[in-house]
Amino acid sequence: MNAPGRQDTFRSDFRVVGTSPVRPDGIDKVTGKALYGPDFVAPGMLAGAILRSPHPHARIRAIDTRAAEALAGVKAVVTGRDFPQASADEIAIGEAEGNAADLAHNCMAQGKVLYEGHAVAAVAATTREIAEAALRLIVVDYELLPHVTGLEEALLPGAPVLHEGLLTKGCKPAEAKPNAAARQALNRGDPAAALAGAAKVVSRRFVTAPVHQGYIEPHACVALWNTDGQAQIWASSQGHFMIRELTAAILQIPQANIRVTPLEIGGGFGGKTKVYLEPVAMLLSRKAGRPVRLTMSRGEVFRATGPAPGSIIDIRLGAQADGTLAGVEMEFWYNCGAFPGGDALYGVTMAVGHYRLADADITGWDVLSNMPSTAAYRAPGAPQTTFAVESCIDELAQQLGLDPLEMRLKNAVRQGDPGLFGLPHGNVGYIECLEAAKAHPHWTAPLKPGEGRGIAGGLWMNYGGPSTAQVSVADDGSVLVTEGSPDIGGSRASMAIMAAETLGLPYDKVRVTIADTSSIGYSMVTGGSRTTFATGRAVIAAAEGALAELVKRAALIWGVEADEVAWQDGMARCSTGDHAGETLTLAAIAAQAGVTGGPISAEASLNAQGWLPGFAVHICDTAVDTETGHVAITRYTAVQDVGRAIHRDYVEGQLQGGATQGIGWALNEAYLWNAAGLMDNAGFLDYRVPVASDLPMIDTVLVEVPNPHHPYGVKGVGEAPIVPPLAAVANSVSRATGVRMQQLPLAPDRVFAAVNAARG
Amino acid sequence: MSKLHVTTTVNGDPAEFLCDPGATLLDALRGNLGLTGTKEGCGSGDCGACTVVLDGEMVCACLVLAAEAEGRSVRTIEGVAEGSELHPIQRQFLEHAGLQCGFCTPGFIVAAKALLERNPDPSETEVRYWLAGNLCRCTGYDKIVRAVMAAAAELRQDTAALKGVPA
Amino acid sequence: MASLAYHAPASLREAAQLLEADPTARVLAGGTDLIVQMRAGRTAPGAVIDLKRIAGISGVRDLPGGGFAIGAATACTALQDHPALVASWPGVVEAANLIGSVQVRNRATIAGNLCNASPAADSVPALIAAGATALVVGPGGVREVPVEAIPAGPGRTTLAPGEVVAEIRLPARPVGGGDAYLRLIPRTEMDIAIVGAGAALVLGADGTCTAARVALGAVAATSLRLDAAAAALVGTRLDEAALAAMAAAACAAARPIDDKRGSAVYRTAMAGVLARRAVLIAAARAGGKA
Repeated sequence: MNAPGRQDTFRSDFRVVGTSPVRPDGIDKVTGKALYGPDFVAPGMLAGAILRSPHPHARIRAIDTRAAEALAGVKAVVTGRDFPQASADEIAIGEAEGNAADLAHNCMAQGKVLYEGHAVAAVAATTREIAEAALRLIVVDYELLPHVTGLEEALLPGAPVLHEGLLTKGCKPAEAKPNAAARQALNRGDPAAALAGAAKVVSRRFVTAPVHQGYIEPHACVALWNTDGQAQIWASSQGHFMIRELTAAILQIPQANIRVTPLEIGGGFGGKTKVYLEPVAMLLSRKAGRPVRLTMSRGEVFRATGPAPGSIIDIRLGAQADGTLAGVEMEFWYNCGAFPGGDALYGVTMAVGHYRLADADITGWDVLSNMPSTAAYRAPGAPQTTFAVESCIDELAQQLGLDPLEMRLKNAVRQGDPGLFGLPHGNVGYIECLEAAKAHPHWTAPLKPGEGRGIAGGLWMNYGGPSTAQVSVADDGSVLVTEGSPDIGGSRASMAIMAAETLGLPYDKVRVTIADTSSIGYSMVTGGSRTTFATGRAVIAAAEGALAELVKRAALIWGVEADEVAWQDGMARCSTGDHAGETLTLAAIAAQAGVTGGPISAEASLNAQGWLPGFAVHICDTAVDTETGHVAITRYTAVQDVGRAIHRDYVEGQLQGGATQGIGWALNEAYLWNAAGLMDNAGFLDYRVPVASDLPMIDTVLVEVPNPHHPYGVKGVGEAPIVPPLAAVANSVSRATGVRMQQLPLAPDRVFAAVNAARG
Repeated sequence: MSKLHVTTTVNGDPAEFLCDPGATLLDALRGNLGLTGTKEGCGSGDCGACTVVLDGEMVCACLVLAAEAEGRSVRTIEGVAEGSELHPIQRQFLEHAGLQCGFCTPGFIVAAKALLERNPDPSETEVRYWLAGNLCRCTGYDKIVRAVMAAAAELRQDTAALKGVPA
Repeated sequence: MASLAYHAPASLREAAQLLEADPTARVLAGGTDLIVQMRAGRTAPGAVIDLKRIAGISGVRDLPGGGFAIGAATACTALQDHPALVASWPGVVEAANLIGSVQVRNRATIAGNLCNASPAADSVPALIAAGATALVVGPGGVREVPVEAIPAGPGRTTLAPGEVVAEIRLPARPVGGGDAYLRLIPRTEMDIAIVGAGAALVLGADGTCTAARVALGAVAATSLRLDAAAAALVGTRLDEAALAAMAAAACAAARPIDDKRGSAVYRTAMAGVLARRAVLIAAARAGGKA
């Protein structure tokens, strides 16, 4: 739907934008021909395997690899000693920040292992079986250290310290704590005074568990590093340029020496924005002189790749009797795992970013513990603090006798309000989302006995940043788009749509290739909901460049000035002289390219600015079996301001997928550690992602409040849909049971206990 | 370690390979036979990405020893299309955007085909429970379920047309 | 797995000999537990003995008098294809078809579910309630024992070296009989029971319960047959007091542990809830209502 009163300010007369054509990579993916990370084979390839720590925290006294090296078929063994001393300078790691030394240490332990599953050695051999046999011959002498996996425990005096001498970022020395990696804060107005003057204040503690991104494709790569320094890596990831940058930084070699070819990626959700295997495979390959494949098992994925942080959130939120929010004080702790670089910043930024709330004091801490180093997970840091805020708003509405949707409407940010980073908000659509939710039949549908309805809002800032694209016109008039952003959810289709729209061509005249790092200029990772916005802008700019050249060539053919040629309906039209009114199709111009100046091609490299946040409102109905505590989702609607949907089906799919991941986070997903600090549920049997029978259809409403900084209005859609579900589900269960749910996941035993406790 | 020699049928064609006694059918398909359309998501039967049909019944290839395939018939995602002609389920997955990353898609398509061969007119609930062993982390299942229901309707229409009955 | 041998014997006798010859050998029926355990390194047998090439080992046979014999390699889904079995023991068939996914159930067997000896095995409480027996073939000949005599503890059985379960036998459904199995899981599929409850009842023409068997899974080291809970039902019309007494007896019999899938306190509470619900379904079936 178009937001009322907004569409007239922005064009909406599209031919291709907003349709849902079949994706160009579709047939390969439904027939099993597409090559994903674990599918690629290089000639002479060796099989690698990684030895991982069975302990959550230990000092490595010695590693004896002699027996493994002597095993027939073993071609290389690598340990932490084979890594060069990398720099501790801060660099961008996917969507987060960190340094190459920590990243190298995460790829392979150096001195200490910091979590169960931390890599300590790797082997390349002629077969996987031999490589695994060799791992069993490696003797690691560990000095066991006390471990800590809990958030609160990690901050207690005397807790085991992961990194001696680490400074707490964002802190005065007096406030620093041994395992606190960073402190992030937002302070404005006078929240203490505002809360003192509020009609109602709720004060609560919320707790969420660490959760995994849960992509179905395990990490995998093949690397070949020759003695002349040149290397090739074939891998699935959210950014092959990211793999090049980080691998080069860790191994201290020039980026241009590494050519990374993207393979199809089987899901990432933020979890494939950093390197785990590639530097190890490179070192094995250099020693062995042959390509080496490394593939993780599902257990390795759970134990050694980034989950999203668990959290403890203390919040006081106040409101006036009419529902106007009046002050918030929040302090929260996120576990960032074994290394600094967490989500607290975004937790602070997004917490109340969708509301007018002049008085706020929000402090977030990233806390180290003996669990895997966290990685981005869809709107990193936002779902947890939003869970707390949206739960409190629901409770305030209950206490004040207000409609929870109306209360949100009363406080929602509008254009011109102070934005996330101080600048005024641009063309934001939270109000429009709330109005759309209110108008949706779901909001007023009757509930069955035992059911509850929850609503929650949220936002993600979205992002832009650097991207490169090239558009070239073949001499038969077909068009090639070449770009460098991995396609996780159909972005090749959306790039083709935007190029076709710009050139006035049908969708299927445009073909899209995602080129390797040596074949196109730089693009940042596919993450942060930046690709359709930023890479899309690069594609459109390149298409406009090619179009300008086409116009110039047409002018040459007609012997007129370029400004006397217009581009309409995919062809040039002459407006003056003998040829006035004549047209030349793109194909006709392309056919003469050889005699009008050579190949027609244009490239655009840009750093896209002007992104706008995306807002979401979710409505969730649950039925709670109060005898067992089991929660069933009976109806779900996701409303979102998407700016402009380029490919409608895949935009809906982002909303549905994000909502479902959020439902899993709310209901059953959690890392479980036993007393020994070992993960107790490192598989899909006991790490319970939602299955098809757990869910109803997920209804979607695409609210289109266009972004003026993108030619077609794109804002980005992937992250925002995971932000509201935690609170939408919990609010629904709270209303179904009459008990405020403050701790996730809402597994049957927890809901049963909460309901029983309330009954006394 | 001595290898076993296994002779089997894959997608209607004779196939043979040498394997370790502990190797799984998934290892053999992906490694020995180069049929990488069957995916490994978990190796423990919990995700369904390796769904294949063994002697007419869908199974997780990771839970079958390669040696068990001796003399049996295996059908994989590579055998779903008739040559270059997509099966209606494959086409409906494309039409309904039933895939995002596509990694789970081969398992879903093989499983959905097994369902529709047994039950040509499944309810939404029946589709959801039949596919509960196939994990998808991208789509929230909505468009997958719609694609399977649409394929079922299309196949029923085809059957009706073959019988000369108005659909 | 370096020295693993794969055998596909043609007879039960040959299978028993292979098992006796190698004490580390494991029987492969559906493989849905064994192969996962081998992959995870939790078991490293010297040999796997695949039963599926043995003639008659797969399938359901009608026994004289109305009972059934379910071959050891019969896939759980195949039970659904035997209408008389489904009509007689719907609780058993449903229990077997809650295990894993369709893919898993197309391989998994109830004999394997029994011999894997997981305390949370779904089919076992249903089989116990139904009064099922296991036909065991071994070096000492053939013996038939109640299914509850097979599991000895998590992952352990009472089978002697060389013994293999050849089939599971179910009696004829008594006149006025009905059975049911229910389990509690966090999701709707693809889970291991937090608690499972099986019940089989016989109701007289006036609705009085004349016989009852109740069993629980996942609340002790093995599935439990609950004689006291069953006794609370016999002679009653399943009135509220009888059901409450039965549920209380079920809770009292439960002796679960805390583990990743549930706390002892929660499991104990759920034992009564699930047993009661299973009894009510069984009663409805006994009364011909389902």
